[in-house]
Amino acid sequence: MSTVKPGYARPLDLRKGRVDLAFGAGGRAMAQLVTELFARALANDYLERGDDGAVLPAPGPGERLVMSTDGHVVSPLFFPGGNIGSLSVHGTVNDLAVMGARPLYLAAGFILEEGYPLADLARIVESMAAAARAAGVQVVTGDTKVVEQGKGDGVFITTTGIGALPAGRDPGGARARPGDVVLVSGRLGEHGMAIMAQRESLAFDSEIVSDSAALNGLVEALYAAAPADAIHVLRDPTRGGLATTLNEIAAQSGVGMELDEAAIPVSPQVRAACELLGLDPLYVANEGKLVALCASEHADALLAAMRAHPLGSEAARIGIVTADPQHFVQLRTGVGGRRMVDWLAGEQLPRIC
Amino acid sequence: MKYVDEFRDQALAAGLARAIAHEAGTGRDYAFMEFCGGHTHTLSRYGIADLLPPTLRMIHGPGCPVCVLPIGRVDMAIRLALSRPEVILCTYGDCLRVPASDGLSLLKAKALGADVRMVYSAADALALAQREPGREVVFFAIGFETTTPPTALVLRQAAQQGLANFSVICNHVLTPAAIAAILEPPGGNAPQAVHIDGFIGPAHVSTIIGSRPYEAFAATHGKPVVIAGFEPLDVMQAILMLLRQVNTGRAEVENEFTRAVTRDGNLKAQALVAEVFEPRASFEWRGLGTLPDSALRIRPAFAAWDAETKFGLDYTPVPDNKACECGAILRGVKAPIDCKLFGTVCTPETPMGSCMVSSEGACAAHYNYGRFRDVPVQVTDTAASRNQETA
Repeated sequence: MSTVKPGYARPLDLRKGRVDLAFGAGGRAMAQLVTELFARALANDYLERGDDGAVLPAPGPGERLVMSTDGHVVSPLFFPGGNIGSLSVHGTVNDLAVMGARPLYLAAGFILEEGYPLADLARIVESMAAAARAAGVQVVTGDTKVVEQGKGDGVFITTTGIGALPAGRDPGGARARPGDVVLVSGRLGEHGMAIMAQRESLAFDSEIVSDSAALNGLVEALYAAAPADAIHVLRDPTRGGLATTLNEIAAQSGVGMELDEAAIPVSPQVRAACELLGLDPLYVANEGKLVALCASEHADALLAAMRAHPLGSEAARIGIVTADPQHFVQLRTGVGGRRMVDWLAGEQLPRIC
Repeated sequence: MKYVDEFRDQALAAGLARAIAHEAGTGRDYAFMEFCGGHTHTLSRYGIADLLPPTLRMIHGPGCPVCVLPIGRVDMAIRLALSRPEVILCTYGDCLRVPASDGLSLLKAKALGADVRMVYSAADALALAQREPGREVVFFAIGFETTTPPTALVLRQAAQQGLANFSVICNHVLTPAAIAAILEPPGGNAPQAVHIDGFIGPAHVSTIIGSRPYEAFAATHGKPVVIAGFEPLDVMQAILMLLRQVNTGRAEVENEFTRAVTRDGNLKAQALVAEVFEPRASFEWRGLGTLPDSALRIRPAFAAWDAETKFGLDYTPVPDNKACECGAILRGVKAPIDCKLFGTVCTPETPMGSCMVSSEGACAAHYNYGRFRDVPVQVTDTAASRNQETA
């Protein structure tokens, strides 16, 4: 009787195992990591095929493709409200969404550090999968590399995304016009302060939770509420916060802005934490907030659409676009004075996303 | 936020603004100096200039420890950190970007391989020395009287524990000497100060030294001093108190910040500082020049923990860029916009002079918060006026 044994590979030890150099070497170990962890969690036909790339259908008639990429090196890897896995999905989905696109597909590149616990990696990949499902995107291709211990910081993830831009939509940083209204979808600074509080072991009465979220649903709600050409600029104010985002737009569009400090939503916890650490919430990062600059006649409808969406219940109208050859962003302060809100000088807080 | 929002109330600010305008409505001009960078920051951050009458001018003083730190002292720390691989140089975060010679800063020295680390407190630096017995931990200590007691404490603890791998580069400076130097005729070719009618005294510094040390200054120079907290309403109240003193011909030390400052200050902290530190005969201040009795050094009894002695560090003074007007700006003779470097080659990203180094410096505060005042802004749209109505 023939005794050919069936092929057997001991399953990955996702409880106690650790990343070793073989996982990045292109051999069986790597194939096993892909099959048992990545492909299983991110399950879709494209990954299932195991090819070097994904063959994707062409977008609908009249649609254009939008592509964006984002590297993630956040420290700590796990924070209240998310981890590097969910963040890496939200980061790229949001970059596509604020271009006006419907995000469709992601590619993910992992750089793993030798010795990193597989259990933690599995949690990261699971949360990536959950974030992708919630955002309605598929992770269709990927890559894994392993660096020696001490040469990475656990896990770095780069995601690249492709989205479809429907005809008529053309938001862009250079399209702000004097008279436009500045809307923001909610309370500022929650991602940055959640990371900071975690990193510095600051304990507050109520925990500050990162706002990390996919904004494509909110963006679709805006396009449903007003003509596409009424939405001039969309941005997600990540690193450098609202202040940096608005200065970028002012420079790109060649305009100024006037904000009202009292109208800018900031939670009491974030305000208190910023006060304690000497930070300005306008410069603290967000990962689930949308800034929209729109034609003033549609501002009320767009604000109402934001507030009707679960991610925009605290949305506010915070200022207007002015004609200013200096491209200054100015703020009416709470005590009734005026000041500039300038670009961030230096680094307020490194490695937040 | 309780105990904070009360001091940022718009209605109260408007009331104070009216009282200030009324008190200043005498037909003359007034010029006050806020010595402390914390007050400079408050004035700029809250746009308080808009709430003051045009006849009242605030001059931003030199009370920003990062700004007055001379280039030579930073050079000294950089040389030490680069030349000795066993050294871990620790300092407060805002020191890291101070520009030094050869285009370097402590942050750039770190990129060149020096082990430079940011700490939040002197105690963090001491703890690092305890954790790293194989390394030499050097704490680059800066600051006015507020940050001196924590440095004194870690020096005493290091001595008590016989911790041989910890030392301090002491750059602690003294407020009263610097305030006096603003008014006294400067040596060399430093510019003479403009007329100043009175001073807003520091908040945190005064919690340590109390209000008494300003009394001799007020009497000698005939200038009122009002010690004030760092909130916008504190500063406005202090301006009103200064106006009332000037208008009634008084030159007293008054205390607006009674919720934290007493006449004698923190005696325990003062005793600790006196145990560990002694006055330096003179010390160089960036922008102000060399001032007598204006800084502290570590007493000989603690020489084993004095990095300057331990590593035989030499001090070489380095002049600022010739076009830099920091000295004149700190004395109120010139405004930031009068300096050719301001906003061109000298910006918060690439500071050339001391006033641009930290956000509390006169130039950086004006650049970050106030430079729109140098050019009129056209608000052309009807939406602007509509928005103002709803604000």
